[in-house]
Amino acid sequence: MNRIVVGPFNRVEGDLELRLDVEDDRVVAARVTTPLYRGFEQILIGRPIGDALIVAPRICGICSVSQSLAAAAALASFSGTVPAANGALATALAHASENLADHLSHFYLFFMPDFARAQYAGESWYGAIAERFTAIRGRASGEFLPVRSRLLEVMGLVAGKWPHSLAFRAGGTTRALDLGAKTRLRAILTDVRDFAERVLFAAPLETVLAWEGVEPLDAHATDGRGDFARFLRLADTLGLSGLGRGPGTVMSYGAHPGPNGEGPLFAAGLYETGSRTLLPLEPARITEDPSHSWLAGEAGPPARAETQPDIDRAGAYSWARAPRYAGRTVEVGAVARQLVAGHPVIRALVARDGGTSVTSRVAARLLEVAAVLRAMETWVDRLAPGEPFCTGGGEPTDGSGIGLVEAARGGLGHWMTVRGGRITRYQIIAPTTWNFSPTDGAGVPGPLERSLEGLRLAGLGARAAAVQHVVRSFDPCMVCTAH
Amino acid sequence: MTAVSDVTAKRFGVVWLQAGACGGCTMAFLDHGRRGVFAELESFGIDLLWHPSLSEATGDEVLAILEDIAEGRVALDALVVEGTILTAPNGTGRFQLLAGTGTSLLDWIRRLAPKARHVVAVGSCAAYGGLPVASPDPGEGVGLQFSGGDRGGALGAAHRGAAGLPVVNVAGCAPHPGWIVETLIALATGDLRSTDLDVLGRPKFFADHLAHHGCSRNEFYEFKASAETASDRGCLMEHLGCKATQAVGDCNQRTWNGSGSCTDAGYACIACTSPEFERARGFLQTPKVAGIPVGLPLDMPKAWFMALAALSKSATPKRVRLNAVKDHVVVPPGRIRRAGTEGGEG
Repeated sequence: MNRIVVGPFNRVEGDLELRLDVEDDRVVAARVTTPLYRGFEQILIGRPIGDALIVAPRICGICSVSQSLAAAAALASFSGTVPAANGALATALAHASENLADHLSHFYLFFMPDFARAQYAGESWYGAIAERFTAIRGRASGEFLPVRSRLLEVMGLVAGKWPHSLAFRAGGTTRALDLGAKTRLRAILTDVRDFAERVLFAAPLETVLAWEGVEPLDAHATDGRGDFARFLRLADTLGLSGLGRGPGTVMSYGAHPGPNGEGPLFAAGLYETGSRTLLPLEPARITEDPSHSWLAGEAGPPARAETQPDIDRAGAYSWARAPRYAGRTVEVGAVARQLVAGHPVIRALVARDGGTSVTSRVAARLLEVAAVLRAMETWVDRLAPGEPFCTGGGEPTDGSGIGLVEAARGGLGHWMTVRGGRITRYQIIAPTTWNFSPTDGAGVPGPLERSLEGLRLAGLGARAAAVQHVVRSFDPCMVCTAH
Repeated sequence: MTAVSDVTAKRFGVVWLQAGACGGCTMAFLDHGRRGVFAELESFGIDLLWHPSLSEATGDEVLAILEDIAEGRVALDALVVEGTILTAPNGTGRFQLLAGTGTSLLDWIRRLAPKARHVVAVGSCAAYGGLPVASPDPGEGVGLQFSGGDRGGALGAAHRGAAGLPVVNVAGCAPHPGWIVETLIALATGDLRSTDLDVLGRPKFFADHLAHHGCSRNEFYEFKASAETASDRGCLMEHLGCKATQAVGDCNQRTWNGSGSCTDAGYACIACTSPEFERARGFLQTPKVAGIPVGLPLDMPKAWFMALAALSKSATPKRVRLNAVKDHVVVPPGRIRRAGTEGGEG
């Protein structure tokens, strides 16, 4: 057996170390290390309750709105604050903009450049793909970045700036949008839709949104002219549907306002990919286990956990804890959201593949772009200038609450306890904490660890593109993971 | 060959490292430029030799690049660091090891910085410590050349880049994309000199201004017509914690993400360009003694401020007073009407 250590592992929003045990060019065991600890949970303790809105977003500059919203949701959960209708819509627009910017940045800047790796230089498709997707120099990133900036103009209007805005409160948002701002939001979304329809899908959004089952996806892979079709063809050629199998259970906390202001756009719950069963979400079944973490303490529910470094802990190899749902590993992210929400293409694709894979993770992200973009247009329609954007209401001085939101990369939870107006406990489980979890006390590896088992390395060891594809298919955010 | 080709061939190589970072500075960096930040950098011959979020090179390919620089085989024009440099526990830096190396970011930065013509701290974390050094400072974090407002930090007060500058501190949390990219371009073109930095190492082109300058709430400030709750249109200084009159930055002379700014969006400036901004508690309320804000404008005598505030409050037009506590304009601008005449602006 050969043991290789992989790192620095880049284009993962932070740093990542893998340890792969390899036999006959095949990974037999993998260990995933989150190598950074800053201690945000410790920093939050003892602060006035409102300071969570300043501290929490700074956990992550990539999903800072999601972090703000989890903190605001935790506050609202025990203060009983109901946000102003306009504020909820403005919040949703900013949140969705962040999620879409993250999805598209992942696709164009982090994931696709791996197909330009020298390993593929002999392939017939290589020249055109490398010309389009090579990191930094590829033509696609030049087309995408101005659109990313345009999309993030939603933040300028709603939130003042991004990342790290203080506009998001339990009661809504701090800037009331007038008719001019509402009109500018419409114009921004028109430009982003244009990019999606011209470059990403090369098809009307409504066509993409009408797809059911895998047949339209297969047809798009054959006939499509956009970047999504380019990915689907590569996925077919390279067998990416067979790479990076997930743990069999996915989870979503539910996301975004529904089309008529009722219910979430994407439902909450769990979904078992093998039995195709939907289960209700019961947050009380979530636990965290630090058995293999450089943190003190025992396994238990996050609401009762405390965070204290223990860098000499025996058996520890990561700063991340191992989150479990009813003792199980679960996968989170766009593919989880869309499976739980019942997306007809993603459900069918995952059923055909026999579980989540590199292909379905990327496809779910891009199909979600289409769905969210259209939903955003309806939210703008419903904005009512002149009506309130933020409700008042005092901050509670005592209580406990949970804020569960969906960041681009999956479920993000904040567990907060307050006494006398000060934070006494604060625990965060980020999306990549679930996906890149270390092994738990029962010896069960985390989802990525399990996904890497069995992977063939084409004689290239750590440089094998397959490793790169599997890791990045999860769209990890390592800065969030241990926070 | 000719001088022209020498000039066009001149490249400016940048290595960007993420220490104890949230990644937000890179997110801001990516937002720059009408044609996209990659095209803008290319226009000025700036090469990202390696960037953790953007480059293809991974694993041992990265280590080869870093070793080549550390051993002097490849020239480095600028080492850019994003994020707090963690020294915990006990100065070892083990709270952040560079993956695949078993060596702390602290040690990597100390090894690479002496090889760089310039060292640039992007964001208040790399500049001064930033949010991660807030109490209890779990990671025992420092900036590159400052620890809070004190000189020192990971590289020490005496550090100078090979080109002679101290660490250039592009402060902010996150900084404006323009501050980051304009600093890199000005270094590449040789325009940024030590006299262009303030005493805290910040480029003066943004640090010679106050965040307050150009604030869209200025009329409310002038009349001390204050917002009382979140989303009110009035001045945020008296009640809602705004420090824009004490914090540097041309924040309100630029636009953020196309149109915004913190104060324009209805929330307080938290002085994120200042060392130790993270030490504040109760960011959303203005600290007061006997009803008077503790933090008055940076260079204004307190007695004058009080006198002017009292005078302007007494002279506040009804329009300003009423609009200050609403989230939208309830009284539009217009001439004071006299009995029997038409109103309106004319």
